[in-house]
Parts: sequence; structure tokens; C-alpha cells
Amino acid sequence: MSPDDLWSVVEATGRVKHGNPGEFLAGRTVAVMFFEPSTRTRLSFESAVLQSGGRVFGFANPTATSQSKGESFADTIRTVAGYCDAMVIRHPVEGAARMASELSGTPVINAGDGSNQHPTQTFLDLFTMYESLGRLEGLRVGMMGDLKYGRTVHSLTHALAMFGAELAFIAPPSLDMPEHVLDGLRGSSIRFRQLRQPEEAADLGLDFLYVTRIQKERFGDPQEYASVAHSYTVTRDTVSALGGGVRIMHPLPRVDEISEDVDALPNALYFIQAHNGVPTRRALLGLVTGGLE
Amino acid sequence: MTGERTYKVYAIENGTVIDHIPTPLALKVVRILGLEAEGIMTIGIGFRSKTLLGGKDVVKVENRILSPAETDMVALIAPEATINIIRNGKVQEKRKISLPSEVWDVLTCPNPNCATNQLGARRHFLLEERGTVTYRCRYCERSTTVNPDNLRYS
Repeated sequence: MSPDDLWSVVEATGRVKHGNPGEFLAGRTVAVMFFEPSTRTRLSFESAVLQSGGRVFGFANPTATSQSKGESFADTIRTVAGYCDAMVIRHPVEGAARMASELSGTPVINAGDGSNQHPTQTFLDLFTMYESLGRLEGLRVGMMGDLKYGRTVHSLTHALAMFGAELAFIAPPSLDMPEHVLDGLRGSSIRFRQLRQPEEAADLGLDFLYVTRIQKERFGDPQEYASVAHSYTVTRDTVSALGGGVRIMHPLPRVDEISEDVDALPNALYFIQAHNGVPTRRALLGLVTGGLE
Repeated sequence: MTGERTYKVYAIENGTVIDHIPTPLALKVVRILGLEAEGIMTIGIGFRSKTLLGGKDVVKVENRILSPAETDMVALIAPEATINIIRNGKVQEKRKISLPSEVWDVLTCPNPNCATNQLGARRHFLLEERGTVTYRCRYCERSTTVNPDNLRYS
């Protein structure tokens, strides 16, 4: 996607959230097909369809479908494509949504394909940043936590780079941003640095700190996990150190990487961010079905 | 000596000559091009070469003029190969090959969890960067470097 494409989604999301877009999915039916469980993404898609006046059906678990009888993914998609105006697909296999989009003329929205992409998360992250600061150009963004396996930070890095961001990657060595992502930045004019602790970003004047969960199962040694998890927890002191203007984001669910006493600060953006999932997905559904221009 | 030996591979009247294939890749070239059932073919293996120290192979395909899209596939494993198109016993065209911008079917994705390996999506790769043999899977978006061992033949 180009910066213009990203911008058109952010702009449409703003119209949906702050304007009066009406029931632009009236008379349209959306299939929400989740081949692996996900509560937040699935429910926000279903809410998005309903709030826009559309009808929604689907499944939350493939064991309840003919896939369990051995039907191929391709046949399932070709069949359901005839039942709806758009399909929302989450699948544990990388590339499943792109494959689905090629099997029929029905638009497909990727709601996550294995460890590859989760584009609607990136759209809602971008919208949240735009809504909070009024621009996407030249943002100073720190990303902290599991940068190695977290697909949201990879996609967000790629998107922010298109808008000339300045980036700081804050992680223990074992969870550093992968080389293939850094290589993509090295060839561009994007400035980035790799840090070990959030306090090292104190004088960078970060606009946003994007925090992700460090997963226990990535560590063989529970003591190592405990020490890493502790030093990558955002507290009120972290917020003060980074400067009062920093906004804290998190794709949720959080475990203990942001201490609960941060929730009450005006810097805490993560619940607003989660709620922005609905207008973002409404905008995308409107754009792919032609309900929105 | 080298030149003399090359001429002793049976000359063809019409068809395509693929020369300067590094030994022992001639049979892989034939399979990448899907030419096993194309009729008469002469394959020479292990000629001495000034430029290819390990020797060179030659494939002569009779009565079949390969298209540039086909011969570019040879560049995946033998970028230094040269192509001569022969008509009426004469070299009608000397063709240079370059890496194809898209590759269907013959390249396998190294990611076991890719839709091409799990769901039956048709294998499709896009050239990542000119000058390298790195391709990106259109489905899982992982990049892979081509070598004769990760090519799959029909």
C-alpha cells in the first residue's frame, strides 16, 4: 500500500467516528470467518457491521464447519463468497487471506494471517496516532517489548516509515527487531535507534511509546523472563522520564507490562486505541463494499 | 580444445541452444523449463570452459524456439548461461537472460506455514531486488534465496 492508501483509510475512519455516516452497510451482508480464535478482533468486526446497518454471520471456530469434514479452504471460500458482500478472514496460515481474495470477486479483509500481517490493527494504530496528534508525518515513536515476534510492531514500523517517522526500538537483545525489518529502514531516510531500556529514550521527545507484551513462552528460563518482564514495565515513573507529552499505546491484551496506575493518566491511550477498532473496521468495510466513498 | 569439443555436440537445424550452464545443472535446466517431453534434445555435460572452472553443460532443444520468458527461467540457477536461437542451421539470435520478475510453480516457499504449503495456493514469487536471486513469496511475504535445491519440478 502507498501512503495515499493508508491515508484514505485514516481519513475515512475519521469521517465514520466523528461524522454522521449513516447506515452505509444497509442491505449488505458480511461473513466473519475466524479459523482461529480471537475475541477482540472478531467482536469489533461484528460490532462494526451492525453499527453500520449491515447483517453479519460467520463462525468463531472452524471445528463447527465443513472444514472438520475435510473440505478444502478454497472450497469453503468459494462457497461462502456467494453468500455475502464481503468476507473478513482470520486464519493461522500465512497468506490465507490473500489466497481467499484471489478465489472469488468478493472483497476480503485480512483480520490476521498467522505471523504475517494484521493490517486492521495497523490502521487503527495509525488512526489513533492521527486523532491524538493531528498528523502522521514525522512522528517520534518508541516501540517496546517483544519486537522480534510481534507482528503489530513490524507492520506499524513499515507504515510509519512511509510518513517519515523517527523510531526507537526498545527491547532486550533476545527480542530485538528482526534484521529484515531493520534492513527495510536502512535503505530509506528513516532514522532509528536500538535501545535497551525505556529510560534511555528520555531525551528523544517521544510522541508515542507503543508497548507490546513479552510472552513468557519465549524464554526457557523463568528467572530470565521475570527479570526482563520487570524492566520492561511502564510505570508512572517511566512516563515522567519520557516527558509529559508521551502517549502510551498497547494493542492489548496487556498482562503487566503497563502498571494499572498509568491508566488514569491522560497519557494512557490504549483503551481509546482499542475502541478505535470499531470505526476503523467500519471504514474498511464501507470502502471495500462501496458503501463509503 | 574447448571450442572443438563444443562443436562435436550434434549441431541442430532449428531450435534453441542453451550454453554455458555450470556443470552439472543441465538436467535441472531441462526440468525447470519442463522440456522432458518436448522431443529431440541433445545434452552435453562436463565440457571444459575458460569461464566456468567446474566445467559447462550444453542443452540443444530441436524444433522448439523458446520464448524470452522461458529462457529467463534459466537465470534462476545459471545466470551466466547464454541462449542461441537457431533457424536453418544459422544462429539467428543471441539472447542474454535476466532474472524473471515473477516466478510461478517452480520455486518452493521455505515457510512451512505458508498458504502455498498448507492450503494449496499456487506458488508465486516476486523478484525482491535486481542483481540478487532473492524472491518474496506473494502469500506469506517471506523472502528466499534461490538455489538449485529449493526448486521444485513438475
